[in-house]
Amino acid sequence: MSTRASGRTVGGLRSLSLQAPAVTLLLIWMLIPLGMTLWFSFQRYNLLMPGMEQFAGLENYRYLLTDPALWSAMGTTLVLVGSVLAISVIGGTLLAVLYQQEFFGRGIARVLAISPFFIMPTVSALVWKNMMMHPVNGVLAWFTGLFGLPAIDWFSSYPLLSIIVIVAWQWLPFALLILLTALQSLDDDQVEAARMDGAGPVAVFFFITLPHLKRAISVVIMIQMIFLLTIFAEIFVTTSGGPGLATTNLAYLIYIRALLEFDVGGASAGGVIAIVLANIVAIFLIRMVARNLEE
Amino acid sequence: MFNKTPTTAPATAAMPPGQQALAGQGIGGALLRHKRLWLALLAWTITFVIFFPILWMVLTGFKTEAQAIATPTLFFTPTLESYEAVHARADYLHFAWNSVAVSVGSTLLALLIGIPAAYSMAFLPTQRTKGTLLWMLSTKMLPPVGVLVPIYLIFRDLGMLDTRTGLTVVYTLMNLPIVIWMLYTFFKDLPKDILEAGRMDGASTLQEVCFLLIPLTLPGIASTGLLSVILSWNEAFWSLNLTSSRAAPLTAYIASFSSPEGLFWAKLSAASTMAVAPILIFGWLTQKQMVRGLTFGAVK
Repeated sequence: MSTRASGRTVGGLRSLSLQAPAVTLLLIWMLIPLGMTLWFSFQRYNLLMPGMEQFAGLENYRYLLTDPALWSAMGTTLVLVGSVLAISVIGGTLLAVLYQQEFFGRGIARVLAISPFFIMPTVSALVWKNMMMHPVNGVLAWFTGLFGLPAIDWFSSYPLLSIIVIVAWQWLPFALLILLTALQSLDDDQVEAARMDGAGPVAVFFFITLPHLKRAISVVIMIQMIFLLTIFAEIFVTTSGGPGLATTNLAYLIYIRALLEFDVGGASAGGVIAIVLANIVAIFLIRMVARNLEE
Repeated sequence: MFNKTPTTAPATAAMPPGQQALAGQGIGGALLRHKRLWLALLAWTITFVIFFPILWMVLTGFKTEAQAIATPTLFFTPTLESYEAVHARADYLHFAWNSVAVSVGSTLLALLIGIPAAYSMAFLPTQRTKGTLLWMLSTKMLPPVGVLVPIYLIFRDLGMLDTRTGLTVVYTLMNLPIVIWMLYTFFKDLPKDILEAGRMDGASTLQEVCFLLIPLTLPGIASTGLLSVILSWNEAFWSLNLTSSRAAPLTAYIASFSSPEGLFWAKLSAASTMAVAPILIFGWLTQKQMVRGLTFGAVK
């Protein structure tokens, strides 16, 4: 505090010069592409028709906003993010409590359980698609067969659910990793005292463990949201957004427009919409983080 | 069960293992052992389910193609056939080297730019510091697809498409906000007196950072770097869109196996195992260290 009071101007100047590289780079990284995206979004600009560029006004936006694909993609994005967050936070909390108990081989079990987080998304998607969920030769088909049940054709019957399962499998271990660490600082005496007073395991969980994990859970939600909003690889290698638009999220829709249909104008308008959507989420998240900073 | 024996059970749990065994002679102890067994069984079943896809991938890599699509079994004669086939088809080391160069390079760059920024935010805070930090974090929430087209076109014009330099620059900027944020929380934990003592002795800012700050917060810096390496290694959006062959990292290598001929499961598994093994082992070895950084200091 003393440095702040005595040297506000001097400190401010030094502080500015030290932050300059980082701030400048991030500004360039953000503003130039953002400006270009905004510019392109008002243009009729298709890479397949060079020399035909012209000002299109709001036409790209009108085209996009009246396109059912956009709304379907937004819905898919929200369902995907919401489901994975719910599964990983609830599952992660329960598993963290489980792995906190003492049992034989706990250290190894913990390391194995968090492993999916280290696997690259392309690999986990391919392994799940080909070896777990394949309707004929997949392990899940074999497993349901053991009980005499018919095999499920995951990617044609439940495409979005399949993607959710794959993504949740990758992110639940991440939640587990963070929450397990947070649990280690839980005051044992407090738990013992509550038990002495006759609190059962359920009461201990809801009145002591869960409040203790509150901050850790908000960290998990924030980091995951950043990555889940932009899920791409899992869709790219499994369903390619299909069947139809069933698994096309916003990220994938823009990808289709830009790199497969070469419609730079349309893709940029989609990008602007994605950015607006992300900012709405960001405002909400930043409030949460700011509160954490105050504490 | 803790409710039934409120006087002995909590005391047992708090005792060191040796004494626990002694106390375990009573009725409460028998119940406790019984509970432990079920707990272990439950925990290991869940662990097995979570880890199974990885285990299965590794096992399938050592099968023949015929075995790979046969009825699942844990017992078979392992063969290196698939590894040989994969090796003949694509130059693994080329892709692996790209992955290593790009993730390590971008991590070092991000630390180099991030340390001074985080230092000034932690030790010379102004009213704008918090706002700057939050703004940096908000750039991370910007969906990459939103800026894909301009970046692609800029890279094309600069001749940076499919180059390691280009990908390194993108990853550096991609991870910079998180790197600065994490470093900031670690630096803030350091008592201010230590750096002030150094300044009294006439240390310049550079000396202060190099000889006091970095050595004292090395564990935090290390965990920040580890996370950055892992995120870069597994990143698949920019690598798939900005590289094709020369600079393609392992994420692109794997995606190339997902083509229609992807029915060759054993080969796909062998390739996947090779792609994830380095980072998986790296993650196992460093998970304790990394978790400190992942929690952003919010969880202590």
